[in-house]
Amino acid sequence: MSRDAILPSAPSQPAPSSAPNKSRRRFLGGSAAALGGLVVGFHIPLIGEAAAETADVPEVNAWVVVKPDDTVVIRIARSEMGQGTLTGLAQLVAEELECNWAKVTTEYPTPGQSLARNRVWGNFSTGGSRGIRDSQDYVRKGGAIARTMLVQAAADEWKVPAGECTAAKSVITHKASGRSTTYGKVALAASRLTPPATVTLKDPKDWKLVGKRLARLDTVNKTTGAQIYGMDLKLPGMLNAAIKDCPVFGGKLKSFDASSIEKRPGVKKVVQVGDSGVAVIADTWWRAKSALDAMTIEWDNGPNAQVSSASIAEIIKAGLDAPEAAVGNQNGDARAAIAAAPRKLEAVYSYPYQNHATMEVMNATAKWTPGRCEVWTPTQNGEAALAAAAEAADLPPSKCEVYKLHLGGGFGRRGAVHDWVRQAVLIARQMPGTPVKLIWSREEDMTHGRYHPITQCKLSAGMDADGNVTGFHMRLSGQSILASISPQSIKDGKDPVVFQGLNPPGPEASFGYSFPNLLIDYAMRNHHVPAGFWRGVNLNHNTIYFECFIDELAHEAKQDPLAFRRKFLANSPKHLAVLNAVAERAGWDKPAPKGVFRGLAQTMGFGSYVAACAEVSVSKDGELTVHRIVAATDSGYAVNPQQIEAQVEGSFAYGLSAALYGECTIKDGRVEQQNFDTYPAMKMEKMPTVETIVMPSGGFWGGVGEPTIAVAAPAVLNAIFAATGKRIRELPLKNHSLKA
Amino acid sequence: MATLNVNGKSREYEAEQDTPLLWVLREQLGLTGTKYGCGVAQCGACTVHIDGVATRSCVMPASALTAKQKIVTIEGLSPNGSHPVQKAWAAMDVPQCGFCQSGMIMAAAALLKDKPKPSDADINDAMTNICRCGTYNRVRAAIKVVAHGGDTKLAHLAITHTDGSVK
Repeated sequence: MSRDAILPSAPSQPAPSSAPNKSRRRFLGGSAAALGGLVVGFHIPLIGEAAAETADVPEVNAWVVVKPDDTVVIRIARSEMGQGTLTGLAQLVAEELECNWAKVTTEYPTPGQSLARNRVWGNFSTGGSRGIRDSQDYVRKGGAIARTMLVQAAADEWKVPAGECTAAKSVITHKASGRSTTYGKVALAASRLTPPATVTLKDPKDWKLVGKRLARLDTVNKTTGAQIYGMDLKLPGMLNAAIKDCPVFGGKLKSFDASSIEKRPGVKKVVQVGDSGVAVIADTWWRAKSALDAMTIEWDNGPNAQVSSASIAEIIKAGLDAPEAAVGNQNGDARAAIAAAPRKLEAVYSYPYQNHATMEVMNATAKWTPGRCEVWTPTQNGEAALAAAAEAADLPPSKCEVYKLHLGGGFGRRGAVHDWVRQAVLIARQMPGTPVKLIWSREEDMTHGRYHPITQCKLSAGMDADGNVTGFHMRLSGQSILASISPQSIKDGKDPVVFQGLNPPGPEASFGYSFPNLLIDYAMRNHHVPAGFWRGVNLNHNTIYFECFIDELAHEAKQDPLAFRRKFLANSPKHLAVLNAVAERAGWDKPAPKGVFRGLAQTMGFGSYVAACAEVSVSKDGELTVHRIVAATDSGYAVNPQQIEAQVEGSFAYGLSAALYGECTIKDGRVEQQNFDTYPAMKMEKMPTVETIVMPSGGFWGGVGEPTIAVAAPAVLNAIFAATGKRIRELPLKNHSLKA
Repeated sequence: MATLNVNGKSREYEAEQDTPLLWVLREQLGLTGTKYGCGVAQCGACTVHIDGVATRSCVMPASALTAKQKIVTIEGLSPNGSHPVQKAWAAMDVPQCGFCQSGMIMAAAALLKDKPKPSDADINDAMTNICRCGTYNRVRAAIKVVAHGGDTKLAHLAITHTDGSVK
């Protein structure tokens, strides 16, 4: 495939013809450089003067602060980890606020402040592609309320009815008297008004900022090295720590010989961390890590020291035929229909453990005194980080605080479980009053993840003589994330997350295929290797399972895979629409270039409908090239289409990386892969062109960070089958030969 | 005390013989734009220029460098983010989380200096940095934009910036 074009496709939406015309004065953290590399967030006590961007200006409401110079500071409770939520949420607030976009900046409120204000900023959790869709309503209302108050303040000053005033680009105008003022001039008066009880949000057709291809608000510092990530934080008097936790999950620390390293330069202290870890505290991290590597440590590997990938696979395999299983979706009698069908097909698929491998390893800086604990960390959920800090600090949450820093990737690793925060606080408790920055080595990060859960799936179907599916049974067996993270949400062995994308029709997800007899059930089989949320997580393997098996059925029925899918998606018009869109753009009805083969996949998850068509070739030597991906997303509304395109492209890098290489294996109870040499990630050379179709149909809010990951692997696997006749049912692909 | 030439300045530091340049930059000289990603020269997040050559600083002992060798980090690539690669990156919203982007930019700048009109194969060979967010296609497009004189419109991204420009 030629890459002659700079980018393979024209944008899916035209650019707006007009736009704000002034430079933004500041970016989030943009004044970090001016303060000697310290992050400007929101009340960072250690930093002292000018620490809080808005400390000296009263807020209009929780979401909006307007400074006298008309700079609008929009507060963002969700975390920015590359997915663009910070900019998208600012667009939503600014849309209703009617402010000058060129003077918008953002800041993170802290979870401690939110706690003290009865959670005025709502949920801080940034996962499940929920950053925008779960807060769009209240953040837009926040913007509308602030606008109403600003306009009212101007009207009060002029002694005219507020209804006679209009607001646009931070300017309030009373046309009848020819007067006008700016938000900055009336912000103080507005802050003293009682907020209106109700506001009416704009009709989407009237949006001016939402839906536009706006530049991100946080790009420039990422091109100059000025962006401060958790790992980059510097505080006065700060020390650095490196840690090793027992390599076998569930094992314990037996002993360590601190005397052998205590005299090394820079080493301050060697400390036990909980019952399973040991850390070296030194002046620099490199010295801490080098000393830790030189220290003799003995582990009590515990009851899991003999567990291997093979022994785990056996346990999961047994679940495929277990009589007891939780039902996630059912109609008719699938087992009876399959038994009675003239044509039957059965296949078993499996999916491995995978690490998130965020580019920035886990890290947190903690400062502890008997009366207060503060933590600076990149987190997808500031409130969960606060809870973890409080527990480890043995202090009430009201005496703790978490300052969120930019994330060098999240992908689910930095959301639900804050094991690294707990460790940082436990270390800091042994150095009262001194801030200590804990950074994991990449090896620690690879071997102490919260891995993509491991599952197997047996699919069975019956078809009639015309190739119509009469019965469809999908049995999942494997790990439950919620069983370890939130056991109280498990009822009768049913973890609802397990059924992502397989659900009866609903706003979050829907298994779009209509079969007269359907059974999707799950046998929970957990192990000692901890599972966690992962970009796309269960939707990823579930979509591989059913979209590859649907492809198998189409070939068994000797029908075109697109036509076959269309038959059973007739009752799911939005599923069908994205599938048709990719087929049309890819030219499904026309021959592919010589030697190139196509595969399809579709699914619904995280509130959005997605489909992909992959074009691949496989050389005689078995080398796979993914040339081109065409991907469609219907997320209902599309807040920033150019960022959606970036997310979709990125999701194929993440999804194909997982499909090609992603596998953590277990030997002697521990993860074998230590670094990117044994856990490779996809690089530039393997990245296909991605043509993104953003097709918002309106009326609902879907996520965009994750859904298209799920169609990456099955579209490619189905194309590989078209190219080679080989049906790959176990990932990753690196374990298979595609040689003819 | 030993001396390095970093971003055009002579800088003194004190570290053990085996300390990688990366950690001298980050922990002694306060230059945290260069990132730690793997420590084994696999991911490229630590890429700096040494005498113009893109080099992975995580496996380069600082003690192996003389005070005459010119080290350039992301902070020194241009005084104010004005290097053509940085400008293209900013105009095209290349970064997502951004953590790998210092290394990406340094690798791209070195490539374009050696080969002002790189082919796709040249780009694949030079840009072996890992980006987990998956910015590869915009990275490639931005390199081509720079190679074609910096006109970001060639990439058809049509991004509206806060100064009103559409790039």
